[in-house]
Amino acid sequence: MKYKVNEKGYYGDFGGAYIPEMLYPNVEELRQNYLKIIDDADFQKEFHQLLKDYVGRPSPLYLAKRFSERYGANIFLKREDLNHTGAHKINNTIGQILLAEKLGKKRIIAETGAGQHGVATATVCALRNLECVIYMGEVDIERQAPNVARMKMLGAKVVPASSGSKTLKDATNEAMRDWINNPVDTHYIIGSVVGPHPYPDMVAIFQSIISEETKKQLLEQTGSDQPDYVLACVGGGSNAMGMFYHFMDDENVKLIAVEAAGKGVSSGFSAATTYLGKEGVLHGSRSILMQTPDGQVVEPHSVSAGLDYPGIGPQHAHLFKTGRGQYVSITDEESLDAGLLCTQLEGIIPAIESAHALAYLEKMEFKGGENVVVCLSGRGDKDLDTYIKYFNL
Amino acid sequence: MNRIKQLFQEKKNILSIYYTAGYPNTGDTVKIAEALEKSGADMLEIGFPYSDPVADGPVIQASSKQSLDQGMTLKLLFEQLKDLRKTVTIPVLLMGYVNPVLQFGVEKFCEACAEVGVDGCIVPDLPMVEYEEFYKDCFEKHNLSNVFLITPQTAEERIHKIDGLTNGFIYLLSSSATTGKNLEVGNTTEAYFSRIKNLNLKNPTMIGFGISDKQTFDKACSYANGAIIGTAFVKAIADGDLEESVSNFMKKFKA
Repeated sequence: MKYKVNEKGYYGDFGGAYIPEMLYPNVEELRQNYLKIIDDADFQKEFHQLLKDYVGRPSPLYLAKRFSERYGANIFLKREDLNHTGAHKINNTIGQILLAEKLGKKRIIAETGAGQHGVATATVCALRNLECVIYMGEVDIERQAPNVARMKMLGAKVVPASSGSKTLKDATNEAMRDWINNPVDTHYIIGSVVGPHPYPDMVAIFQSIISEETKKQLLEQTGSDQPDYVLACVGGGSNAMGMFYHFMDDENVKLIAVEAAGKGVSSGFSAATTYLGKEGVLHGSRSILMQTPDGQVVEPHSVSAGLDYPGIGPQHAHLFKTGRGQYVSITDEESLDAGLLCTQLEGIIPAIESAHALAYLEKMEFKGGENVVVCLSGRGDKDLDTYIKYFNL
Repeated sequence: MNRIKQLFQEKKNILSIYYTAGYPNTGDTVKIAEALEKSGADMLEIGFPYSDPVADGPVIQASSKQSLDQGMTLKLLFEQLKDLRKTVTIPVLLMGYVNPVLQFGVEKFCEACAEVGVDGCIVPDLPMVEYEEFYKDCFEKHNLSNVFLITPQTAEERIHKIDGLTNGFIYLLSSSATTGKNLEVGNTTEAYFSRIKNLNLKNPTMIGFGISDKQTFDKACSYANGAIIGTAFVKAIADGDLEESVSNFMKKFKA
């Protein structure tokens, strides 16, 4: 358990709760209650029932034959794209909505980048009949119109974030402000393993179902629950943390986290946080973030809205700094090419986020016969416009 | 003696003004301080801008962005404040978010504050536990007060802990809100202010967030040692002749 959070809310040098006093009571209420609530047998029963009957879990672990032939290794895809709402995000929102109910909250707020987390949040709010307000950057609202429509149809109010770069980090700022102004009745469903403690731990616990299932499925399919490699893309890092969670202490399993290089790590248009970032504080926790020498947050770039974030979760920063995880990056073009390749070889259109993880397979060298799990975190329906434009389809 | 302590010993109904360094123009930081002292401000809070100010409302965020876009940095701010104490005698605090301080270096930051004659700091997203463990010694070595915020939701036990940790004043937020909301002193706010007053804290208190005119200022002063005005002032100096805007704004409070 050496990579898990300690009692002070830290992962090594990273984590903590760097929040203004206005947020302290909310975050403290969560900190004191989250483990108690999550560990409760009734909560677990309801959570797993919904994951099964509503989300459609367990998601398959699929041995991708043509990918395997191409790379000379056994490539398994963990099919989070088959979840209800099309990505891993719903695992977390189901968990947090049940938790919010236990805390007696009546109103839910969330931030969203690509809109996947917004849709997943609006979905569970409809399911549980709770008021829902989603903050989304103006730029993202324009480039992710179908998800905005989905959220509205689900009954959520979508509020544009018009400050800063008008993308995910600004939506997060606006959601935090809303929480400051509504401290008693509102729960903030953060969509990734970022934010003040206990959020990174709580979201990781809800997403850990991914690696929990993967281990069982690997054991059934290969006779061992220990793959050689596990790969996932990282924006804030929730699907990666879910995918790594139960493998972190298996030191022989190599963890590879794929960041978005954007137009190239040195282009000035990138979201490769571990490569370009430095230690600092962003959105309530100490982690690694892209910033100027003066400590101002730098605007990231990625073709994939879900990876377009200037930081990573504190647990990722810890895995990176300790060397437990290998953090690499993939450009916009490489990811789009990998998305098309996956479509043509396996008949699966992946989200461009997930395509970043797939793209790294091209750069790996296999001896032959290794077992490799890639988290296919979401489906690519939302990205069709981008694919169509790039490939002139 | 620290100028903040002295001020609270000598005066009541203290009027403290917040403004963003480098706004509206990069070179305005010290000019505003001088104009404010001249027109009767008792204390200053100079904000060093940050790209992601979650505790602030749209007005202060916009002023921060403009200041940053025009090239303001913490390093430049300390250069601007080099001769501050030649013309400004009232207490000065720096207010801003923790990340720029971390990148500047905590030790170096405290040294620079002491060197230019800054008396204290307000860093809203610096948690109490971190302050106690990593910052307190450094702040105290340089005779800097660190001011903490409390809200209507802050538990009594925590207020006492804050009172024990700080040595300037306690920043009483009129409500749980981002900056720039109007103060509505209803029964619950009054009950909260009275509750704090009756705790007999060792530190003086200043009420902030939502103070924009003489009426709200006087109301705040009846519960605390004074009040802090930020958003209303930042709005007032957005354009026009700077000295005139400052003086006109301050007249409203000195009537």
